[in-house]
Amino acid sequence: MKRIYVNEKWCLGCHLCEYECAFANSHLTDMVKALKGKVIHPKIRVEDGGDVHFAVNCRHCTDAVCVRSCISGALSFEDGMVAIDQNKCVGCLTCVLVCPFGAIMPAPEGGVAQKCMLCTDNLTGEPNCVRHCINNAIVYEERD
Amino acid sequence: MEYVIIGNSTAGIAAAERIRAIDKQGKITILSDEAYHTYGRPLISYYLLGKTDAERMKYRPADFYEKNNIKTLFSVHAERIDAEKKQVYLQGGKSLKYDKLLVATGSRPFVPPMAGLDKVPYFTFMTYADALALEKQLSPEKRVLIVGAGLIGLKCLEGIADRVKSVAVVDMAKQILPSILDEYGASLVQKQLEKHGAEFYLSDSVSSLEKGSALLKSGARVPFDILVVAAGVRPNVELVRDAGGKTERGILTDDRQETSLKDVYAAGDCTESFDITCDRSRILALLPNAQFQGACAGVNMAGGEAHFTNAIPMNAIGFFGSHVLTAGSYCGDTYEEKKGDTYKKLFFDGEKLNGFILIDLPERAGIYTSLLRNRTPLSQVDFEAMKKDPGLMAFSAAYREQKLARRV
Repeated sequence: MKRIYVNEKWCLGCHLCEYECAFANSHLTDMVKALKGKVIHPKIRVEDGGDVHFAVNCRHCTDAVCVRSCISGALSFEDGMVAIDQNKCVGCLTCVLVCPFGAIMPAPEGGVAQKCMLCTDNLTGEPNCVRHCINNAIVYEERD
Repeated sequence: MEYVIIGNSTAGIAAAERIRAIDKQGKITILSDEAYHTYGRPLISYYLLGKTDAERMKYRPADFYEKNNIKTLFSVHAERIDAEKKQVYLQGGKSLKYDKLLVATGSRPFVPPMAGLDKVPYFTFMTYADALALEKQLSPEKRVLIVGAGLIGLKCLEGIADRVKSVAVVDMAKQILPSILDEYGASLVQKQLEKHGAEFYLSDSVSSLEKGSALLKSGARVPFDILVVAAGVRPNVELVRDAGGKTERGILTDDRQETSLKDVYAAGDCTESFDITCDRSRILALLPNAQFQGACAGVNMAGGEAHFTNAIPMNAIGFFGSHVLTAGSYCGDTYEEKKGDTYKKLFFDGEKLNGFILIDLPERAGIYTSLLRNRTPLSQVDFEAMKKDPGLMAFSAAYREQKLARRV
């Protein structure tokens, strides 16, 4: 299955992926309306440390510990992708407690968790962070 | 191959899933003394809170048993195991033959002796049926007394606080949530709960009960209309113990989840785990642990090879929108941050992170948890940076390459 992979040495730390993630998940088509003056809550985050930058989002782990730990069955695999059903989620944050990547987080509206669904849950249909990464530091492909 | 699983909650379901992934043909039977499709047991408080309902509480989809070709026997109590004859005897005289058996019988509420308890109706808070029975009694003019300020008692409190007139909680401990919080953390959470009208009687206990009120050891008299006893749980070890299997407080297993009885496995709240954050065997009655154990048992029952060797205590518990995340053991040196109503405390020794408490600081907590579960030598990470902010930057570039640029 295709997953998002990070080429750390190519990341410039521009944080564009965070904005593109927030835009895609705003379900709006006008970026200005979606983002201007707003605090964004992207599902991808860039870590910066001196000359080192890299983006982190859900790794869609093969035997994901978040899915295994979910108390409500809200997290499950859909064709290899780790999917969240926010309708079943009660926001206990057990998944946040166990994700070794820190890649699942409380949703800004509260009460549930949110995570990367590879943009299958919004209008873009394929990972918007990847599409707009200007230096190919995030890619969407098959790897071992 | 005939697999029998006693218990229809997390451990039992996890085992069934792993068995079916390996053995497509074998016959799987799940027994339960409960009457319901598998549900997320900790959701019963969220149910009372109105955050979920019977349909959404289902731990697996409605067609789970059918899709996985699993036979279910609900409202059936398993009375005895004969490990020689490989039979499980059920209440009512029937029996079931097994080749591989999983005992995932969970635990039951512990009700301490209290003078007058025989004359007062009371509730426990362990099952969906308990929640439904309690819900029937809830109304805005009722006063509730909860005996026990642990995880179960306080989640019950959260579930009902806004549906009744008042809730009082009594506990022998001098703080709430003694199993997961230190005194300072407990005081923060207690304040939150008091804002929702909860009243606490700590370092105190029920001396006697009569209809409508409790007399406490301190001399205080607490009136109530509804009594909930949440004073702890006892693991259901009897089936294995009476069959001659080794038990201590919980059922003992090897790291393949097999008991001392051949072909009898055990998983979940009825068992002990080896807690790698304090190097001792103890009961870790928490849902993820039940899943890890159950899955491990399932693989081994189906002829695969799995070992469960990284059990740790961990709890995510929330009250009225605030979040308490804790894990591990609270020993060693400490690092603390106290800001307003948030609290971070890390426990570590020279080489390892041993445990943590995070109150309303959930962000990326799992990175700390991964240090615990992997017993990562702290010399391999920039722990000084990590104390302030859990991040992957604190790991080596090689680690990141392994985790972010490859399939995991």
